[in-house]
Amino acid sequence: MAERMGFFTDTSVCIGCKACEVACKEWNQLPDDGFVFEATSYDNTGMLGASTWRHVAFIEQSRPVQVPSDPEAEDSVDRWLMSSDVCKHCTHAACLDVCPTGALFRTEFGTVVVQSDICNGCGYCVPACPYGVIDRREGDGRAWKCTMCYDRQLGGLEPACAKACPTDSIQFGPLDELRERAEERVARLRADGHEEARLYGESPSDGVGGAGAFFLLLDEPEVYGLPPDPVATTRDLPAMWRWAGAAALSVAGAVALAFLNGGPGLKSGTSLNGGTFLTGGAGPKGRAFLKSRAFLKGRALLKGRALLKGGTR
Amino acid sequence: MRTEGAVVPEAGFRSYYGRPVIKPPVWHEPHMPTYLYLGGMSGVSSSMAVMARLTGNPRLARSARLAAAVGASAGAALLAAELGRPERFLNMLRVFKPTSPMSVGSWILAAQSGLSAAAASADLAELLPAAKDMALLATAGDAALLATGLTGPLTATYTAVLIADTAVPAWHEAYRELPFLFAGSAMAAAGAVAMLATPRAQAGPARAVAALGAALETAAGTVMERRLGMVGRPYREGRAGRLMGTARLLTAGGGLLAAVAGRSRVLTALSGLALTAGSLCTRFGVLEAGRASAADPAYTIVPQRERLDAAP
Repeated sequence: MAERMGFFTDTSVCIGCKACEVACKEWNQLPDDGFVFEATSYDNTGMLGASTWRHVAFIEQSRPVQVPSDPEAEDSVDRWLMSSDVCKHCTHAACLDVCPTGALFRTEFGTVVVQSDICNGCGYCVPACPYGVIDRREGDGRAWKCTMCYDRQLGGLEPACAKACPTDSIQFGPLDELRERAEERVARLRADGHEEARLYGESPSDGVGGAGAFFLLLDEPEVYGLPPDPVATTRDLPAMWRWAGAAALSVAGAVALAFLNGGPGLKSGTSLNGGTFLTGGAGPKGRAFLKSRAFLKGRALLKGRALLKGGTR
Repeated sequence: MRTEGAVVPEAGFRSYYGRPVIKPPVWHEPHMPTYLYLGGMSGVSSSMAVMARLTGNPRLARSARLAAAVGASAGAALLAAELGRPERFLNMLRVFKPTSPMSVGSWILAAQSGLSAAAASADLAELLPAAKDMALLATAGDAALLATGLTGPLTATYTAVLIADTAVPAWHEAYRELPFLFAGSAMAAAGAVAMLATPRAQAGPARAVAALGAALETAAGTVMERRLGMVGRPYREGRAGRLMGTARLLTAGGGLLAAVAGRSRVLTALSGLALTAGSLCTRFGVLEAGRASAADPAYTIVPQRERLDAAP
């Protein structure tokens, strides 16, 4: 496997030009996603989706600011935050984990890509993603998301968005290098007085094992529409199967109980041995079956289920 | 910023113009929730058919075998129709992926539908005059039936893992109770179908399964909503809340009726229909709650922010 490649999106130098959105659309030949004016900001794509693989968020903020030349004056100044969001290409990618067809796979660059010739549009990856990135495209039926320009990478080129970014807000490169560069950048911003500068998604110890595309943010992640503490849902999968296994055993047990006790509302007899219902209904044939090899096998099978359960974890 | 344990904790949370953080499930109505119902009904019907066969209740065994086969096949068809590319439904069996509950479930459902169809066909073949001496066929049918004793309970409960293994807070956080909610709902559904399709004298165990299922579903639902707290609100509010509330009434009523339904045909019909409707409402309600939970960023952001702030 080649070196793991990634994106470092430094939002402190993003100017909101949307060249990344356009370059992505052009290169990947994505259909338009509606020319919607959101009436909340200059954002007109809203969020990442099946046909929006880069999304530039605009946040207009007001905060009281001290003007150095006049300590008495307190002014309300607008701060604009702009950030180009993208698929995080998680180390532990929930979309990849839950994909039942193997259409989603991990490339030699450590990125996560959908094979459109395999995807059958089951839609499972869509609610599995903790960032709300991947989506099913209406009319097409398949799931789509950023490939980190897998085709360009294979040709030795950087992804279209990074290539088009005029301020190098989007940086592409080996993930380890990017992480070092990001640490230096955030340290410098803090030294310059931007205490709110922070990295998001850079830590391999977070809920997704670290993102392949991480960010430098100037406010809390949720302000940019990002989840503050995302977790790959499959982390709890072994526990989920254990609870489901217990429920499955309960079903088998409860059904067996219902039959062996005869059930309520019986006209005659409520127990297997005492009631005329079962002995009458079953006859010698049924009673013989209870002692037969097939029955004993079945009982052993039921007991063996507990072991099988352990195997599915 | 945040109020501890408040009823309306959203007051303090920040978001991007109130937009959702995660994507809502793309699964459609009625396909997805109807499948959840049919899969559950089929799975528990198989368990009942096995027990009816073992305890010598051929009339109930026949109803249950048929219900299991029809439920699994119709459910699989609904799932295929639900796909964005239905013609590629066989890609589901392209790999076996333990990390994907849908992959595991596809294999479980494939086994369940095949085995239950075999068990039902063998049973029906006995009705043919030419099949009187086909002992081999009956044995093969019984073997398939016994195997559904394994696949049945799995079919009835894996769907809880399927939806819990997502980023949807109302589903994921409920991963402990959902399997029991679905198991109870499936028992109520299967018991209802069997009591409707079997003469009353032979349907006693079906009524017991239905009553036990209704009790289990009610208990699991109550525990779930209590434990989830704020994240469980989608189960109580809006359309999902109405569906879940209706389900609760129908299931509890139908379950109580099941205990006395052996006395008359009318009571049986009332109980069976109430339980069927209740199970369906539960499945539609759970899907709707998931959608509501995904659409409101509060359910994603508030618990995560609390977790972060609580961390050292």
